[in-house]
Amino acid sequence: MYKYTIKRILLMFPTLLGAAVLVFFMLRLIPGDVCELRMAGTGMYVDKEAIATCQQNLGINAPIYVQFIDFITGFFTFDLGNSMWTGKPILHEIGLRFELSLQVAIMATLTATIIAIPLGTISAIKQDTWIDYIVRSFSIAGIAMPSFWLGILIILGLLIMTQKFFGNPWMPPIHYTPIWEDPVANISQLIWPAVATGYRYSAVATRMTRSALLEVLREDYVRTARAKGLLEKLIINRHALKNSLLPVATIIGLEFAFLMGGLVVTEQVFNLNGLGKLFVESVTNHDYTMTQSLVMLVAVVFILTNLFIDILYAWLDPRIRYS
Amino acid sequence: MSALLEIEDLRTHFFTSSGVVKAVNGISYDVQEGETVAIVGESGCGKSVSALSILGLIPSPPGRIVGGSIRFQSEDLLGLDDLQIRDIRGRQIGMIFQEPMTSLNPVLTIGLQLTETMEHHLGMDRADAEKKAVEYLRLVGISEPERRMRQYPHHLSGGMRQRVMIAMALCCEPKLIIADEPTTALDVTIQAQILELMKNLTKRMGVALIIITHNLGVVARYADRVNVMYAGKIIERGLAADIYREPRHPYTLGLLSSVPRLDQPRQQRLDPIDGQPPDLTRLGEGCSFLPRCKFSVEKCVSETPPLETIGDGHLSACWEQENLATARG
Ligand SMILES: Nc1ncnc2c1ncn2[C@@H]1O[C@H](COP(=O)(O)OP(=O)(O)OP(=O)(O)O)[C@@H](O)[C@H]1O
Ligand code: SF4
Ligand SMILES: [Mg+2]
Repeated sequence: MYKYTIKRILLMFPTLLGAAVLVFFMLRLIPGDVCELRMAGTGMYVDKEAIATCQQNLGINAPIYVQFIDFITGFFTFDLGNSMWTGKPILHEIGLRFELSLQVAIMATLTATIIAIPLGTISAIKQDTWIDYIVRSFSIAGIAMPSFWLGILIILGLLIMTQKFFGNPWMPPIHYTPIWEDPVANISQLIWPAVATGYRYSAVATRMTRSALLEVLREDYVRTARAKGLLEKLIINRHALKNSLLPVATIIGLEFAFLMGGLVVTEQVFNLNGLGKLFVESVTNHDYTMTQSLVMLVAVVFILTNLFIDILYAWLDPRIRYS
Repeated sequence: MSALLEIEDLRTHFFTSSGVVKAVNGISYDVQEGETVAIVGESGCGKSVSALSILGLIPSPPGRIVGGSIRFQSEDLLGLDDLQIRDIRGRQIGMIFQEPMTSLNPVLTIGLQLTETMEHHLGMDRADAEKKAVEYLRLVGISEPERRMRQYPHHLSGGMRQRVMIAMALCCEPKLIIADEPTTALDVTIQAQILELMKNLTKRMGVALIIITHNLGVVARYADRVNVMYAGKIIERGLAADIYREPRHPYTLGLLSSVPRLDQPRQQRLDPIDGQPPDLTRLGEGCSFLPRCKFSVEKCVSETPPLETIGDGHLSACWEQENLATARG
């Protein structure tokens, strides 16, 4: 297991290199660059020379292989350089938002897990009863409803409800406070986007839990457990649930990685300054260095999540032995 | 003296989209204390369904017991509620299944799977149950039982796993064990060992045994009495020796003439007799064995032969059973 983990960590490097090549060249396929955009963006006459100076300063007219080597060495030495758009250090810009995005992703994952596993389990046990139908409708609604729309509903709901019960409307805080500074303010701001995305994300996991559990409940060893006279509760908890959580863990893990960079619209609705927003801005600004760093960050999160899931697998299923 | 288990006119049907499968269609038999009774028949004739019916383990839907009674120690099992039948399962009646590879939970240790039954039924604490479990593992011939307790099923061979299943079925000292083709999935050499072990342990502990098989060779060696099943019904019953020496049903005769032997390579399915068993969704009047029968007479088409006593403890459901005796004799 120990050896396997080391091997997996070493394997990260080729994967990351692949991601780096992809993002590097794909970005440069988009016509235009950050200098043209900035100067032409003002709508005034553009001095060709000024653009050239700008390109010179940012190093984007250097030969492509030089740029690539710069990028790679920078990445592996944790020296990400400055944003081409704002000129501020990338580590600083990402750092500002990383905490928030990570927290929302974790909270959404927890929300999804807390919803999905019990609901999926009940739905499987009560297969084809009205309880099952309600749970399935609830999760189909989660898939059908975009999270940003649910987000808007949540905000409106909060306003209306607080108005009704407390006399004056209450809105979640607009400005981000780190959790260790003021946990209450922090949670009361981030819980809503977490619920909005967590609900959607629970839908897939609920269905997965249900179908995986139904499959396990048909296994011979569950019949053995029944033949031993064990109570249904113990059969579900001990004999069935652990086996059926494997595919669910995969889904939840992959979603988590996605949430780290993918919450563009939800961040907008809740006015959060997260990585998703930064991502979109940096792509529209042709901010090569920033986009590259963000892609690499998401790639790292993805790989680490996968590794974590594999280790979890080995823990859930003793037949799996990595070597 | 009343029997340990008395099954009367049991009917278990499956309500599927392609019709009602009459898997068990009115069977009656009994098992005395400490006795070994075999249920023999081709694949799909309803052996497993009849066994699962006893413990209320028929998957429902689509299955349902639609008639009959099952009395165990004079108590009607079909009248019990869910909790009561769970008290019988594993405690009074143990069960061993065909597939040792899939019948144990792959993610739980052998120890846990053994102790949980005793903890549940006998109210033992973990430490006592573990001590007992080690004893039982040793009893069924598993070496280094302490170490095995901490292992998972995939560490054990098929034969070893089936020994674990036997230990699991025995550990609450039940009155009856139902073994559903316990050796079909095993290597020939292991088959005999496992059967020997089951026979010895049940005899020693005074446990009655229902052994389900499609191998008449097994029957002759290990069973006291035999019930031969065909298309959801029992068509012949008798002492193992009688059935073996003097079968009084064309189907049993067919089975016997192609007995797979323990010393020969194993057979997955047994199809000793020309033709296919009937479709269990459309059983009509007349003898269900008719299309495959060499002895049939006109009566067989229109009238279903009842299971009737033809000798001391010997019953047959065939209009021509007497001629069969002479034909063979
Ligand atoms: N869950 C089910 N749904 C529908 N039909 C079923 C179900 N289980 C069993 N049957 C049907 O019941 C009949 C009897 O099956 P059973 O498993 O008792 O056969 P068997 O005698 O044990 O055969 P084998 O030697 O293959 O184990 C079969 O025709 C089968 O198709
Ligand atoms: S009743 Fe007739 S058809 Fe049926 S087994 Fe006997 S002889 Fe054959
Ligand atoms: Mg069977």
